Amino acid sequence: MKANKSVFSSLFGRQRRGRTVSILLVILAYIVLTVMIRSGNLSRLFQGLLVPICCYMVAAIGLNLNVGVSGELNLGQAGFMSIGAFAGICLSGRLAPLLPNTLLRLVLAILLGAVCAMIFGFLIGIPVLKLQGDYLAIVTLAFGQIIKSLITNMYFGFDENGFQFSFVANTTKLAPGGKMLLNGPMGATGTERIANFTVGAVLVLLALLVVYHIMYSKSGRAIMAARDNRIAAESVGIHVSNTKMLAFVISAGLAGAAGALFGLNYATLVPNKFDFNTSILLLVYVVLGGLGNMTGTMIATAVLVLLPELLRSLQDYRMLIYAIVLIVIMLLTNNETLKTWFGKLKAGKGAAAGKEG
Amino acid sequence: MGFLSYLINGLGLGSVYAIIALGYTMVYGIAKMLNFAHGDVIMVGAYVAFFALNTYKLPTVPAVLLAVLVCTVLGVVVEKLAYKPLRQATSLAVLITAIGVSYFLQNGAQLLWSSSPKVFPALVGNGSLTLGSLSVSYVTLITIATCILVMIGLTLFVNRTKTGRAMRACSEDKGAATLMGINVNQIISVTFAIGSGLAAIAAVLLCASYPQVFPTLGSMPGIKAFTAAVFGGIGSIPGAFLGGLLLGVIEIFAKAYISTQLSDAIVFAVLIVVLLIKPTGLLGRKLSEKV
Amino acid sequence: MADEKKLVLDVQDLGIDFGGLTAVNDFALQVFEKEIVGLIGPNGAGKTTVFNMLTKVYQPSRGTIRFLGEDTAKKSVVEMNKAGIARTFQNIRLFSQLSVLDNVKAGFHNSITYSPFSAIFRLPSYFRQERETEAKALDLLKIFDLQDKADTIASNLPYGAQRRLEIARALATDPKLLLLDEPAAGMNPQETEELMAMIRKVRDHFGIAILLIEHDMRLVMGICERITVLNYGMLLAEGTPAQIQANPDVIKAYLGE
Repeated sequence: MKANKSVFSSLFGRQRRGRTVSILLVILAYIVLTVMIRSGNLSRLFQGLLVPICCYMVAAIGLNLNVGVSGELNLGQAGFMSIGAFAGICLSGRLAPLLPNTLLRLVLAILLGAVCAMIFGFLIGIPVLKLQGDYLAIVTLAFGQIIKSLITNMYFGFDENGFQFSFVANTTKLAPGGKMLLNGPMGATGTERIANFTVGAVLVLLALLVVYHIMYSKSGRAIMAARDNRIAAESVGIHVSNTKMLAFVISAGLAGAAGALFGLNYATLVPNKFDFNTSILLLVYVVLGGLGNMTGTMIATAVLVLLPELLRSLQDYRMLIYAIVLIVIMLLTNNETLKTWFGKLKAGKGAAAGKEG
Repeated sequence: MGFLSYLINGLGLGSVYAIIALGYTMVYGIAKMLNFAHGDVIMVGAYVAFFALNTYKLPTVPAVLLAVLVCTVLGVVVEKLAYKPLRQATSLAVLITAIGVSYFLQNGAQLLWSSSPKVFPALVGNGSLTLGSLSVSYVTLITIATCILVMIGLTLFVNRTKTGRAMRACSEDKGAATLMGINVNQIISVTFAIGSGLAAIAAVLLCASYPQVFPTLGSMPGIKAFTAAVFGGIGSIPGAFLGGLLLGVIEIFAKAYISTQLSDAIVFAVLIVVLLIKPTGLLGRKLSEKV
Repeated sequence: MADEKKLVLDVQDLGIDFGGLTAVNDFALQVFEKEIVGLIGPNGAGKTTVFNMLTKVYQPSRGTIRFLGEDTAKKSVVEMNKAGIARTFQNIRLFSQLSVLDNVKAGFHNSITYSPFSAIFRLPSYFRQERETEAKALDLLKIFDLQDKADTIASNLPYGAQRRLEIARALATDPKLLLLDEPAAGMNPQETEELMAMIRKVRDHFGIAILLIEHDMRLVMGICERITVLNYGMLLAEGTPAQIQANPDVIKAYLGE
């Protein structure tokens, strides 16, 4: 009897609960926000933040698979967003004259962004995953810097003679009627803004499904086993580098998809947008939301993106307060006294509700 | 300019990186944390030196000493308030806190002193030493000389003094060090103090070569110096010097011979290649786990 | 009697150096099918090092390890497990943040064939294989009396249960040879008694050979059919429990001159 209950609870119970909660939350938020937009109850400012929040959520959910589930510190997630963004912008820009349907173009751009980021993720993963601990973090940091530097020096456009490309020195000359897609340090300009909140919400849902479905599968167990004990994982026949690579590549792909949506939400986008600070911000969302906790990641992302806007009345002090909030949260969540207190509270509640321990 | 002059300029820049890298590497070696706020301590040092020289018209040496003093106190206070409560927490929690401290310092500086760059006064003039066709600015020479002095001083400190030995013991095994009667918290404070003091020296040297002071001044040198520390093997003091100098030379050579715009990409690419060949940096110790 | 049985593990001239230090030298060992063999010796004799070489956590400097008639020189840790050697660790190495059930399921890793793609899209192969794995994992947990703890996080288990879980996880990989590194360490006499019965049961139920390192002589003499004694990295003696107990060299090694 007990055994049967366990089959049920682990296949359809506890695991599915995290997934269900997060998915319901996204759908609910989407409905509420859409109603608010329709009824004119959401300010322009907040409406403008909806797509970026979706993008950061997707990239952060991916990063959580990498940092929380796989246990590898990644300081270059913005680099993958950058690859996705500029790949997506270029595709959309090139297809604009051929494919008037913006939704289809957006979906294709997101797919290309994801695929490009996954390819780079795989390539960078080969050296990265040979390293351990903080050394791995440094390589991802270096990778983010390299990508930023390379894209800053790319000049890419197309005209009737096809694609034109130059690197470092801008020698790209287009025939009349041609269009520049990447303009070195100025990045992409004159991008058609085809991103929208609905696609953003769907992308968040897809990211959640991908990550949860991986986590609760053979691969997810292997990823977590390798995180908890590398040697034991190998001793039960788990190929540790392969599983870590899987987490890394999926994480990169989600960042790439997020980047493409992000890029197509703005008329202009500079490569500097995806710098070290953006990678760090994504990491902050993941750590504050809780390692391996996707719902928490989404909430942390939304709150921390909105926080500077909510603090707007404090004007110059808002970023200072943001910093203080960050430090205080970290100190409180890691305070031993508070932790034991919450632990007791949780245990008490569990016992009262008669839940299995 | 020829090869030799690039090399000397590279060593000059590398000396600044090396001095900053020491702060990262010592803190990592002893507290096992990546102190991402270290770059912003440099920024604070630069502002203090700027105001001492410019507003209060102090002579160079007292101004530098004041900067060192302020940064040392800042480093110790930050450690006590923000990092010490997290001794038992995960390294990620400490990392995020360090990032919070970094934001705090940057935005605090912006509030106090505005984001518009201030021009750092010339310390030793724009003179340069000329030997035949080779011309090296005094600033560069002083920077390299300071780096050598710091290296000798620190090596002597770590190897010859009681506190230095205690620091090495802590980086080896904190638990055992505690059992030997070493006050680990005090050693960590000393480490932060030294690292932050050195950051102030680096700040003055940096501003002597690139005379602009602004709130995000420390970010890029911070990341570069951190890279240098990893390059040399994080936790290793000679490694930080070697990594810093090499990084400076590679950066200047990349700018001179390949491309100014791509120099950052090249520096980081070299780092990746080095880590592939030596996974724990040039002078880092091999990690191994007992089974 | 052992000679009629099939040879599972055949180790010859095995040795390893760490820097200039020779930790194990000229070591030889045979394990036959369905046999329980003990590997004993004073502390620091190199017993765990032998296990680490057999599972390729350490690459041997010399010698051959033939497993089921096949030379294993080029195999990695993962490939040794796939070939059929599973182990436990002296300092327990569970997947500490996973549930007890997931620890065992992780052991079934290589018997599950669906791809990450089928997992993401939840294709029928995912559901079928997950259900099968779940059932197999619970069967294993039942053998080790852990079925009630299936949802407990591994690091929250009591010590004895952690040791049992490690054995269950090793068995999930469907080994032909199970290496147990001090399975009774930290157990009280009653737990040790139960463990002995359990080891016998595992051998009979799964029909596998077991090689174990143990300091508890009651356990070693009680369940091992043959014993190999290691001292200072060298083979000191080999024989039945009775022979080993009567061997003057062994007594000297344990008690001193």
